[in-house]
Amino acid sequence: MSYKLSVDMIACDGRGVCAELLPERVELDDWGYPIIDASPMVGVVLEHARRAVAACPVLALRLEAAK
Amino acid sequence: MIATSTPPPPPPELAGPTLPRLLTSVGKGQSQQAVPLAQHRRTYPPPPAPRRKPIESYIAAIETAGLRGRGGASFPTGRKLRTVSQGHTRPVVCVNGSEGEPASRKDGLLMTRTPHLVLDGALLAAAAVGAIEVIVCIERANHQAISAVERAIHERVQSGEQMLPVYVMDLPAKYVAGEETALVHFVNGGEAKPTMTPPRPFEKGVGGRPTLIDNVETLCHLAQIIRWGPAWFRGQGTADEPGTVLLTLSGAVKNKGVCEMPIGRSMDTVLSWAKPTGEVGAVLLGGYYGTWVSAADSRRVTMDNAALRSIGSSLGCGALVVLPSDACGLRETARVLKWLAGETAGQCGPCVHGLAAIAGGMNELAVGRATNHTVEMLNRWAGQVDKRGACSFPDGAVRLLRSALQVFGADVHHHIAHGPCWGARRSPVLAIPTAKAEPWR
Repeated sequence: MSYKLSVDMIACDGRGVCAELLPERVELDDWGYPIIDASPMVGVVLEHARRAVAACPVLALRLEAAK
Repeated sequence: MIATSTPPPPPPELAGPTLPRLLTSVGKGQSQQAVPLAQHRRTYPPPPAPRRKPIESYIAAIETAGLRGRGGASFPTGRKLRTVSQGHTRPVVCVNGSEGEPASRKDGLLMTRTPHLVLDGALLAAAAVGAIEVIVCIERANHQAISAVERAIHERVQSGEQMLPVYVMDLPAKYVAGEETALVHFVNGGEAKPTMTPPRPFEKGVGGRPTLIDNVETLCHLAQIIRWGPAWFRGQGTADEPGTVLLTLSGAVKNKGVCEMPIGRSMDTVLSWAKPTGEVGAVLLGGYYGTWVSAADSRRVTMDNAALRSIGSSLGCGALVVLPSDACGLRETARVLKWLAGETAGQCGPCVHGLAAIAGGMNELAVGRATNHTVEMLNRWAGQVDKRGACSFPDGAVRLLRSALQVFGADVHHHIAHGPCWGARRSPVLAIPTAKAEPWR
């Protein structure tokens, strides 16, 4: 099963934790909000992604099953 | 015996109005009064009494007619009806009469002058999907439309017509209040701000029920299709986008106001109806949330989304603003972008910060303080804002910016090299709504 990242932009506060923990998939725009690479993830990257999702202070980062 | 050669009566489909269709009963310059119920019922039979089961033949008729939404997104209405009718519970129908677009007047006109056609459309759509209620959402400031629709509902109750409960709700006068998730959130008791999707309203909307949200004009077309048939509807417009569309003409033209056009007429024809007061500099199509069309393109493009797509534009809500050639498109765009930036719901970072940055950069450009770096940054921000919000509001602002940088490309260079053009010093053409501290509820 592979997963992809998504972000709830309404909830997102631009703390930038996700970009710290998952630079492979998240970069920040000019105002500090995450630009997500939503391609499917497996293996080690997925493990890192789970950690980043769990660390988001406003629970805005999510994992969805990739179709 | 010789049979008399009287031709058979025409099938009902051919008896529909030719042109105009929606505006037949909106007499030109006549009384500002709404068409009364008795007069309306001479042409349109009452919608069927409320029932639980969806009416398949109605949905099929709308699908065959190929009606697309007239609120801006141009989504096939038949597909929407079918999806909503197949939901897990009985749906709700919302009439979207928010018309937050400053350059558009058509929905307000329909609600004020032909409220019974609007209500028929809503009740027929409700019958088609087996809805339990109808909610008419109108912008709070549009007193005329609100009272016309309320009076029309009262008229129906008095005449003893059986109908579903119909409620009128007044939306905050905010641009995004008409966005469908915002509308649902407001009706459900929240602020008129967009919410994250999924779920989309057609799955889970008002009261958690599947919700059909259609623009006022769309529902009027729907009522006419049920009355006169899909073949009649397809008698105007193009194969892919049949029917007529209401346009709101404004800007530097003699004939301001709402007119009805079969989809696919040339923009040149529409401009000849509008009678520009001077040479056309550019056309803003789709209102303040739309795109600029260059004067050259305006002479050759046809007014259907297929053709407009090729020049990066679309009909949108049908508002068309003519900019004279002696006005400055950059300055006009800067003013609109500043207003759009202020209309953000303030929820998503890229929209809040991005639109403000874009409006600021565009203002620098308009007043002649910009450098090539400013234009680079504008393009960079456009890329960083596009598709990054919960709703598509910021995308529209980006579309407007990109079309302005393209259509007024020569002006961009002039403003950077020599400072603002003469047009930037004349009084602006596009009227910007005054900022009010409007509540979100």
